[in-house]
Amino acid sequence: METLDLLLNGFAISLQPINLAVTVAGVTVGLFIGAMPGLGSINGVAILLPVTFIVPPTSAIIFLAAIYYGAMYGGAISSVMLGIPGASTAVATTFDGRPMALKGKADYALIAAATASFVGGTISVILFTLFAPPLAEVALAFGPPEEFALMILAFATFIGLGGDDIPKTFFSIFIGLVMSAVGLDIVSGEPRLVFGDITGFFHGINFLVLAIGIYGIGEMLWVIETSKGKSVISEATVSFSRTLDALKLLTKTWKTMVMGSFLGYFVGILPAAGATPGSLMAYGVAKTVAKDPDSFGKGNINGVVAPEAANNAASTGSMLPMLTLGIPGSPTTAILLGGMVIWGLEPGPMLFVEHKDFVWGLIASLYSANLFALIINIMFIPVFIYVLKMPFTVLAPIIFILCIIGGYAPTQSMHDVWLMLIFGVVAYLMRKLDYPMAPAVLAIVLGPLAERSMRQTLIGSHGDMLIFFERPISGTLMFIAIALFLAPVYVILKNKYFPKKEAV
Amino acid sequence: MRKAELLMAVVMGLFSIGLMWKSTELPIGWIPGSGPGGGAFPFWLAAGMLVCCIVILIRWFAGTSPFSKSKEIYMDDFAIKNFVLVAGALAVMIGLIHVVGVYVSVPLFLIYYIRFLGKHSWTIAGSLAVGTPIFTFFFFEIALKISLPKGYTEPAFYPLFDIFL
Repeated sequence: METLDLLLNGFAISLQPINLAVTVAGVTVGLFIGAMPGLGSINGVAILLPVTFIVPPTSAIIFLAAIYYGAMYGGAISSVMLGIPGASTAVATTFDGRPMALKGKADYALIAAATASFVGGTISVILFTLFAPPLAEVALAFGPPEEFALMILAFATFIGLGGDDIPKTFFSIFIGLVMSAVGLDIVSGEPRLVFGDITGFFHGINFLVLAIGIYGIGEMLWVIETSKGKSVISEATVSFSRTLDALKLLTKTWKTMVMGSFLGYFVGILPAAGATPGSLMAYGVAKTVAKDPDSFGKGNINGVVAPEAANNAASTGSMLPMLTLGIPGSPTTAILLGGMVIWGLEPGPMLFVEHKDFVWGLIASLYSANLFALIINIMFIPVFIYVLKMPFTVLAPIIFILCIIGGYAPTQSMHDVWLMLIFGVVAYLMRKLDYPMAPAVLAIVLGPLAERSMRQTLIGSHGDMLIFFERPISGTLMFIAIALFLAPVYVILKNKYFPKKEAV
Repeated sequence: MRKAELLMAVVMGLFSIGLMWKSTELPIGWIPGSGPGGGAFPFWLAAGMLVCCIVILIRWFAGTSPFSKSKEIYMDDFAIKNFVLVAGALAVMIGLIHVVGVYVSVPLFLIYYIRFLGKHSWTIAGSLAVGTPIFTFFFFEIALKISLPKGYTEPAFYPLFDIFL
């Protein structure tokens, strides 16, 4: 019952005028960002984080979380209307959403996506409310070795589950961690990795500089190159009677929605997995268990419902480890976590003790964000379709300007702006060679915490590395991490010695 | 793609060696009583980067990674042209911020991009070039009290600050 009290208190906070306003604003902005092809929640959160300095920390995080949510809804819009995923999280939505649009049922697909997102979001927030307090309680007992083991586990998920090239994933993790080490050494206070004695490096490399570089400038360069071709927007007729009709049809898909929500939520908790694989898996499961698997890919409404429920559920899932353990469950929550540190809210189990209002206000805002996203999404479908016609050559320069001013604002140093441009360009060039970028962002956020917990542990154990394996919780975490690190090796060996028989 | 993969691994490998060397400015070993030295964390991580680059290089020479066999072009003419025009313009704009400040370089960049790269009408380019700095001014300078760099145009803003602050 205590949880219920706290949640009710959270609602009181999230329904304060300012928080209500930022929720609506965040959801709307998120919907637009998600709907833009190429831009997803992470781009929105990275680019707009500096803008949120205008409101108090709790409202700022509520705003960013609302963007995250809205973008998950919005991604479906361009998947259906253009056949181009609005964000990578909505890739699976194109499989059946696009065929539906081509059959003149674009409005059905959009309403299905919005409703499924709402169900996915709501189920996952309820799961979140139930899981978060006990998990935080367990995490309160964690010391530096456990914290360090958790971070190793977070990185291990990228190796074992990320699906990217292994050496390149490792490289991305290492470079992110090294960049986090620039600045003053946390123990001795001596300057470290200050290149060419440039004073700008003394304050370290802000994670936002890297995040905006990669997800703002680098991403835009990438989109400019890949979006050469003109896209064709489907027509959508929206009317009240058709909306009711679509909702009636959706009542038959409730099983798919529930399946997608649970799957998405649990996949979302893993740092490397998140919304994109979650939605693809949900699509796969929906197709496998369906009575008519052949109709998938040809405009089956279940094929829209499953991934959309899953990607919203995953975005909530990824907040669970962020708030309770201080380990982000996705690149977007990594940026949220970095933001919380800027505002002096140290993420982790202590949040549930020291900043109850903040935590429960945020959780409650997720409930209301969901509701607003559903309403705004369905009401403004025609507006979104109009916005999709906006030429990229107008949007791109405005985003570049936002990146540059946003990169300048937190530290007010031109040094960071230059660094951001360099990161953006290098990220773009590396991304073309399939270097994954998300691990680097996670690494630069977690780097200082990882180094601190490692050094604290080693000081306590007089340099004995075995301490990470001797304590029960950290030992278990470490063994899971090692198993994940070794997973690719196992796959390689298996393919070498037990090759699959290929069909002739 | 082949050459780009090789070049990237070599450049990043050299960069990691540079980082390792830089890390040795602080002790990288064990300091009795205070744990690992300040340079240890970055040193071993940079070493990890180097190992990754070496693995990528080995696979390249052995021809076992996808890019080492790829015949695709890393950047075609279209990509190079766009990259130079966009990234170059960004660099010029950031450079100009040092001299004439945000409120001159931002409109210039917007006009260049929207009117000349995007080939949109002067109406769209002009209204955004005027509207963006005005919005920026009120949002950052007035509401957030974050002063954006103004270069030589700084004195022109004194009267505005007198009115709004």
